[in-house]
Amino acid sequence: MKKYLFAILSMLLVFSVILAGCSEKSDEEINTKSLLEVIKKRGKLVGGVNATIPGFGYVASDGSYEGMDIDITRAVAAAIFGDPTAVEFRPLSAEERFIAVQTGEVDVLARNTTHTTSRDASVGLAFAPVTFYDGQGMMVRKDSGIESLADLEGSRIAVESGTTTELNLADQMRKIGVSYEPVVFDNQDAAISAYEQGSVDAFTTDRSGLVSRRSTLSKPDDHFILTEVLSKEPLAPSVKDGDSKFVAVVSWTVYALIQAEEYGITQGNIESFMDSDDPEIRRFLGVEGDLGEQLGLEKDFVVQVIKAVGNYGELYDRHLGPETVFNLERGPNELWTNGGLMYSPPFR
Amino acid sequence: MNKHSSSTSTPFWRDKRVIPILLQVIFAVIVVVAGVFFFSNALAGMRQIGMVFGFDFLGKMAAFDIGDKVIDFSSKDTYGKAFIVGILNTIKVAFIGIILATILGFIVGVSRLSTNWLVRTVAAAYVEIFRNTPLLVQIFIWFYAVFLSFPVIEKSLDVFGLFYFSNRGAVIPWLGLTPSSFIWLIAFLIGIILSFVVWKIRIKRQVETGQRKYPFFWASSSIVSLLIIAWFVTLESPLLLSIPEIAGRGYLGGYTIGPGFGALLVALVMYTASFIAEIVRGGILAVPKGQVEAAKALGLKSPTILRLVVLPQAIRIIIPPLTSQYLNLIKNSSLAAAVAYQELVGVGITILSQTGRSIEVISIVILVYLSMSLFTSLLMNIFNKYSQLVER
Repeated sequence: MKKYLFAILSMLLVFSVILAGCSEKSDEEINTKSLLEVIKKRGKLVGGVNATIPGFGYVASDGSYEGMDIDITRAVAAAIFGDPTAVEFRPLSAEERFIAVQTGEVDVLARNTTHTTSRDASVGLAFAPVTFYDGQGMMVRKDSGIESLADLEGSRIAVESGTTTELNLADQMRKIGVSYEPVVFDNQDAAISAYEQGSVDAFTTDRSGLVSRRSTLSKPDDHFILTEVLSKEPLAPSVKDGDSKFVAVVSWTVYALIQAEEYGITQGNIESFMDSDDPEIRRFLGVEGDLGEQLGLEKDFVVQVIKAVGNYGELYDRHLGPETVFNLERGPNELWTNGGLMYSPPFR
Repeated sequence: MNKHSSSTSTPFWRDKRVIPILLQVIFAVIVVVAGVFFFSNALAGMRQIGMVFGFDFLGKMAAFDIGDKVIDFSSKDTYGKAFIVGILNTIKVAFIGIILATILGFIVGVSRLSTNWLVRTVAAAYVEIFRNTPLLVQIFIWFYAVFLSFPVIEKSLDVFGLFYFSNRGAVIPWLGLTPSSFIWLIAFLIGIILSFVVWKIRIKRQVETGQRKYPFFWASSSIVSLLIIAWFVTLESPLLLSIPEIAGRGYLGGYTIGPGFGALLVALVMYTASFIAEIVRGGILAVPKGQVEAAKALGLKSPTILRLVVLPQAIRIIIPPLTSQYLNLIKNSSLAAAVAYQELVGVGITILSQTGRSIEVISIVILVYLSMSLFTSLLMNIFNKYSQLVER
C-alpha cells in the first residue's frame, strides 16, 4: 500500500513539474526554434492541400498529387532540402485546413486559400505572397434562363462551408437585395453532384475552381459561368503565425518562381544562366552572395526550386494554361512587366 | 496513556475507512491536474500563434446565411444566433425523428413476433438490413439515390395537387394560424381537461354501479361540444390550410421538406427504428409466458392481450434501452453536415472555420449535446419511474 501511495504521489509530482515547466519554457522556445529547424530535422515537409480541384490540387488517376498548389508545396520542399519529393501531402477539406495549420498537423497550407484580414489577424495564420489572383463566380445551367445575379431570386445556391465564398455570397446578395437559399455542403464533390442533378440552381466558388469543376461535369457545355465577379480572391499559401523565419522561406520561394519568369530562367535553360555576368542573376542563383543562407537555406535554393518545378509561368501553363482543358487567361496573374500583378521584391 | 492508544490505532494509510476516500481524492486531483494541463497547454499553443481564448466572438456578425431554419436568420445576425438556429434544427430533426422512430420501431418489433409468416419475415429483413449497415452510408443513399433522383421541379411528382416531390424537396400542405387560433387553442385545452374529469367520473360510476356508462363517448363529446361553441363564438376556422403550388424555381405555400433534412430524417428514423424494434421484441419476449396463458384462459383476444397484459409489462423492460437509442438518434443527427442540412455541428463547423475558434466552438457543441442528452434521460427516467410496478 505504501508503495502504491508513493507511486501516485510521485506521479503527481511529475505532473506538477510538467505543468510548471510548460508555461515557463514555451514562450522562450517559440522565439528560438523555428519550424524550419523542425522540418529539416524531420527530413520532409508536410503540406496541406486540396485533393479535389483539378488544376490546383487533385489526386491523379495514378494516385499522385498534381496541380499548381501541389507544385508550390514541392517548390518549398526543394528550397529546404534540394529535393521536391521530400514532401508529404495531406488532403484537407475547407473546414479542416485552419485547424491543421494551428495544431502543426501541416507545415504549410497551399490549398486555394484566400488571404483575408481576419485569417491574418485572428485565425493564427501568416500568409506568403499571392500565387493566384482569383474572383468568386457563379455557375448556372444554360437552360435555366439565369443571366445575372439578380435572376437568382428565390433560388437554391450550393456553396462549400467554411469558405470566404460562403461569406461573399451572403454579402453580395444582401447588397443587391436578392433572397436565396444557401445549401451548404461540407465538400465540393457533394455540392457539385447536387448541382448536376438539379437540386440546386447554381454553384458558387472561385472562378478558376468553377472552370476546373465544369470540365468534370458530364456535359460541360450545358453550363456557364456568370460574367459578374462577386469578390476578390487572392489565393496564397500560409503557415502558422508567429514564425517569421519560416514565413520568409515560403514567401521567398514564391518570389523566386516569379522572379525567375521575369529573368526568363526556366527549368530547361537554368544551367546556361549559372555563368551569367549579370550581378543580379548571379545573386539570385546564389553564385554570388549569401541570400539563401540568410534565409536559413542553401546558397543555391533558387536553382533547386526552378530545377524542380520551373518558373511561375511554366507552372501556370502546365496546370491552367492553353495546353490544359481549363485554358485560363493569365489576366492579373501575368507578370507586372506584362501588365499583370505578379511582382517580386528584389533579391538582394 | 497517550503512547498506548497511538500504538494500537491503525495508521491512516492502512485504515479501511480512510483509504477509499483518500484514493478518490487522489483520483480527483489527477483528473483536475490533467484537465488543467491540457487546457493550459492549449492556451499556450494559441498564444504562440497569436490567438486569444474567449467567447466574445459570439456577439459578432455572422455574415453567412443558413438555408433551412426554424426561426428568422439573416447574415446580419450574430454567431450566437447562428448557434441557436443550429440547435433548433438539431432539436427539430431529433424530436420528429424520435417520435417517428418510436412508432415505426414498435410496429416492426411487434410484427417480428407475428404469427403471419410474411409480416414476420419482412420485419426481420428490415431490421437486419438497417441495423447492419452504417448510418452515414444510409444517409448518402437516401440523399443521392432517393431525394436527388426525384425529377427537377418543373416536372415535380404531383399527388392530387396537394403534395409535390422534386429534387429540391417535398412540399406538403401545412396549417397556418388565423387571428382566432388562440381562442381555439384555449377552448381545446379546456375541453381536454373537462373530458378528463368527465371520463374519471363516468369510470367511477361504472365501477360503483356495475352498469355500462360509456366513459369514452362522454369524454369525447365534451371536447366536441366545446369546440362547437368556439366555432359559434369566433365564426372562423382554427387554422388555415395552406396548399402548396409550384412558382418558378420554388414552391409557394405549404411546408417544404428540403432534400438534406428529408434524407437525414428518413435515415435516422429507419436506422433507429430497427434498433428499437429489437428492443421491443426483447421486451415482449421477456414477459413471462404464464401471463399470456392466463390472459388467454380468461378469454381475452390476442390484440387485447398485447395491449392490456403484455405491453404494460414489457414497457418496463423497454424504456432503459430505448432511452439510449433516443440519445443515439440525437447524437447521430450530427452526420447532417454530409447532406447540407445545417444543424448544430454544421453551423458550428462553419463558425469554426470563419473565426478559427476551434476550442470555443467545440466546447459549445459538446455542452449542447450533453445538456440535450441529460434532458432526454431525465424525461425518460421520469417516465420510467411512472411506469414501474408500484409495490404495495
